Amino acid sequence: MSKPTDLTIAEARHLLARRQLSARDLATAHLEAIERLGSLNAFITVTADRALADSARADDRIARGEARPLEGIPIAVKDLFCTEGIRTTAASRILDDFTPPYESTVTRKLWEAGAVCLGKTNLDEFAMGSSNTTSAFGHVVNPWRRRGDNRDLVPGGSSGGSAAAVAARLCLGATATDTGGSIRQPAAFTGTVGIKPTYGRCSRWGIVAFASSLDQAGPIARTVRDAAILLREMAGFDPEDATSADVPVPDFEAAVGRGVKGLRIGVPREYRLPGMSAEIVALWEQGAAWLREAGAELREISLPHTKYALPAYYIVAPAEASSNLARYDGVRFGLRIDPGGDLDDLYAATRAAGFGAEVRRRVLIGTYVLSAGYYDAYYLKAQKVRALIARDFDRAWQEVDLILTPATPSSAFAIGEKQDDPVTMYLNDIFTVTANLAGLPAISVPAGLDGGGLPLALQLIGRPFDEETVFAAAAVVERAAAFDALPAIRA
Amino acid sequence: MGYVVEGQTGPWEIVCGLEVHAQVISRSKLFSRAGTAFGAAPNTQVSFVDAAFPGMLPVPNRECIAQAIRTGLGLKAKINLWSRFDRKNYFYADLPAGYQISQYQHPIVGRGEIVITLSNGTTRRIGITRLHLEQDAGKSLHDQHATKSYIDLNRAGVALMEIVSDPDIRSPEEAGAYLSKLRQILRYLGTCDGNMEEGSLRVDVNVSVRRPGEGYRTRCEVKNVNSIRFVMQAVEAEARRQVEVWESGGEVAQETRLFDAARGATRPMRSKEHAHDYRYFPDPDLPPLELDPDWVEELRRALPELPDAKAERFQRDYGLSAYDASILVAERSTAEYFEAVASGRDAKLAANWVMGDLFAALNRSGRTIETSPVSAEALGRLIDLIADETISGRIAKQVFEEMVETGGDPATIVDARGLRQVKDAGAIEAAVAEVLAANADKVAEYRAGKEKLFGFFVGQVMKAMGGKGNPALVNEVLKRALG
Repeated sequence: MSKPTDLTIAEARHLLARRQLSARDLATAHLEAIERLGSLNAFITVTADRALADSARADDRIARGEARPLEGIPIAVKDLFCTEGIRTTAASRILDDFTPPYESTVTRKLWEAGAVCLGKTNLDEFAMGSSNTTSAFGHVVNPWRRRGDNRDLVPGGSSGGSAAAVAARLCLGATATDTGGSIRQPAAFTGTVGIKPTYGRCSRWGIVAFASSLDQAGPIARTVRDAAILLREMAGFDPEDATSADVPVPDFEAAVGRGVKGLRIGVPREYRLPGMSAEIVALWEQGAAWLREAGAELREISLPHTKYALPAYYIVAPAEASSNLARYDGVRFGLRIDPGGDLDDLYAATRAAGFGAEVRRRVLIGTYVLSAGYYDAYYLKAQKVRALIARDFDRAWQEVDLILTPATPSSAFAIGEKQDDPVTMYLNDIFTVTANLAGLPAISVPAGLDGGGLPLALQLIGRPFDEETVFAAAAVVERAAAFDALPAIRA
Repeated sequence: MGYVVEGQTGPWEIVCGLEVHAQVISRSKLFSRAGTAFGAAPNTQVSFVDAAFPGMLPVPNRECIAQAIRTGLGLKAKINLWSRFDRKNYFYADLPAGYQISQYQHPIVGRGEIVITLSNGTTRRIGITRLHLEQDAGKSLHDQHATKSYIDLNRAGVALMEIVSDPDIRSPEEAGAYLSKLRQILRYLGTCDGNMEEGSLRVDVNVSVRRPGEGYRTRCEVKNVNSIRFVMQAVEAEARRQVEVWESGGEVAQETRLFDAARGATRPMRSKEHAHDYRYFPDPDLPPLELDPDWVEELRRALPELPDAKAERFQRDYGLSAYDASILVAERSTAEYFEAVASGRDAKLAANWVMGDLFAALNRSGRTIETSPVSAEALGRLIDLIADETISGRIAKQVFEEMVETGGDPATIVDARGLRQVKDAGAIEAAVAEVLAANADKVAEYRAGKEKLFGFFVGQVMKAMGGKGNPALVNEVLKRALG
């Protein structure tokens, strides 16, 4: 039997059900790994006692024959999900020691399915970043190393802690959120699988908001099947979230083996960027070939407004963020810095001390684009672009069932690289933001290594609420790629 | 030519529009499950949504939306089947999220109107520009501590309807009439209790002045005027102030002002109090509000009869004057009381009793129609006793006073006090004979042609009979005896 930390969720589920492995041992193995690899800084809070208690209960239920779908599966939670009685930070100083008196819908559903809580993972502050270097709790280290280079690499962001923890075998799976690529880009950088489901598939209730019209929760796991298992338990209509969709949740796992025979898969020509690395181009062509060999019909399509997506995203997301983050004012919870002046002084001192540079930048941008006299030129125009991007996809769905693109324009970069210019950093999201703007499901699946031995990934984008086809095709890529490389640092 | 403000240089016309914030009657808040009762202990009706805790989301309250639609229908307004919630962003300690959810560009209710009646009997149509739903803010209490402000979030998130009139109002009287009529309609609909002291109805007054026939001049907004009387005073005071500014060669600046009731004048708000760029944008937590036309129709069919229609019906069916009808429909509860009394009885008599003795008794005791010691059924039975001649109108007033005192049943009081009318001819004849014998001089004068004395004899006979003589019989017997 492989080490407990090397198991997939599907394998662990099998062994737990047959009582060849106890949930308690599985949890303990992961807690030890988390402690040993603390230098990755993947966790902000480790909930060892909770994990032990959860796993003991899981063993009891399994013994009584009352196992639920995720009974005894140890997972980590991005520290953007509010967890009752467990400090929730959003990786920001401004929340201080805020301990929610409520549980987010997504995590509540996971606990109700029997999952074991290992702790809360690190992230970019308020999920704003693509490198996990904006966290108030320090940057997360990617467990992968570039061949012949000992520098620490970024795990991607914003769900860098979740991705690093899954890759380094510190948990079997993790929750994450994706506003512009925050699940898919770190998954791509760490050789893991991450899916952002359709907007409205998972409830946003209890998740610290970044940009409400774009935020969506999803899982990061080590296989497509594991991602499907987790998403099934995370998804579902929630009357407490007015944007949550009242649609049935299919058995995503069952779709994993479905294959792609007869599917029409589009390759959008606008995603072929000038100056794109040959490795990425080759990987993309390889992916297309794999899918063709598996019986899909590949065709070139056009998504003409793609080039406007990134600028539109960097208007809409900061605009919503500037308003969503207004509640962090030092009055009711979290950090309060009182310089002894009037109310405005309290706000200014608290927010200046509580927010990091990237959050401040985005709040300023967002405030600016919504200001009188600028609204039409920025926010309104960005919304129009967003509608055009959604229309591009609507038209594409008349021709194809799925769209194949690279997940990121490069592999993981070193910490400190790309740090001098925020716009270069924003370019990381270039392939991923369109799915957020159009609300579509999209998965990142590892497909190969670059010249430096670092993971590269492909992205598959599907029709609204058709995660099943996305999982089916991702499983085909996964099988064809036979991606079995391992990170340098792992349990 | 209507109402004018006479300046040094000639007449000026008032142009006024009102923005009314009406608190919606609903059990829970606009976007949360917290309660809305007035007067609860501070911060006891606050959910995590109202306090804007991380990750909390608003969910629209269907009853609040129904109330806005009912109000729109009552104002004969267009119901917008597609509307949207926007965020109005500003920082304040009693605004937990740092934004108020409101409807900026696409309100739930569009154009409507209110017809007002003025004291000279004429009516005027005042346009309604729009009605939208929004959240109330919490309350800042600055007088509880020397250096700290206290915050009460009970009101935070309670649903308000902002009802904006067109600038159609031309006098203080019209402003008062508009507000009274709007309040009356809201109370009829049961969508707002209209209680201005408790802040359920708050008014911002927009005023400008102009020379007759001119276009609009710069307006000022007088914020938060909290009674109908003060609204009328504020319109007058602000118009006079502006006339003075224009006439002294100055220019009225567009600004927000406050009404100082003690001084009867307006003053500018500190500029900091309104220097906001609200950065409105569609609330991404809330999909557009799309109404099912069948639901709107259902709400329309269930609307109560409104005051204008009721007043018309009272004139038509009960033969009341326009004035009496308007008094009786002023409050829905009064109208219902009246109809219960009038049904199957002499409606004019019923109206006189309600508007006369009942109103006087309520006034004296500081009660309302809802807490009246005399129920509509009891008053009806009293009127029945007059109609079937068990008692006279005069005795009825005496019985009524006892009903007010004791809440007793009229027939029981009549029997207990022996107030039943005397119709026995012998008893009446005896009383008449006695009175005529005692007033031989007056009888002589009467017979000599001073017929006005007849009333005197009636009075004397009634007095002798303790007021219980049947008036028709007394008249008949007297006439015969005086021959």
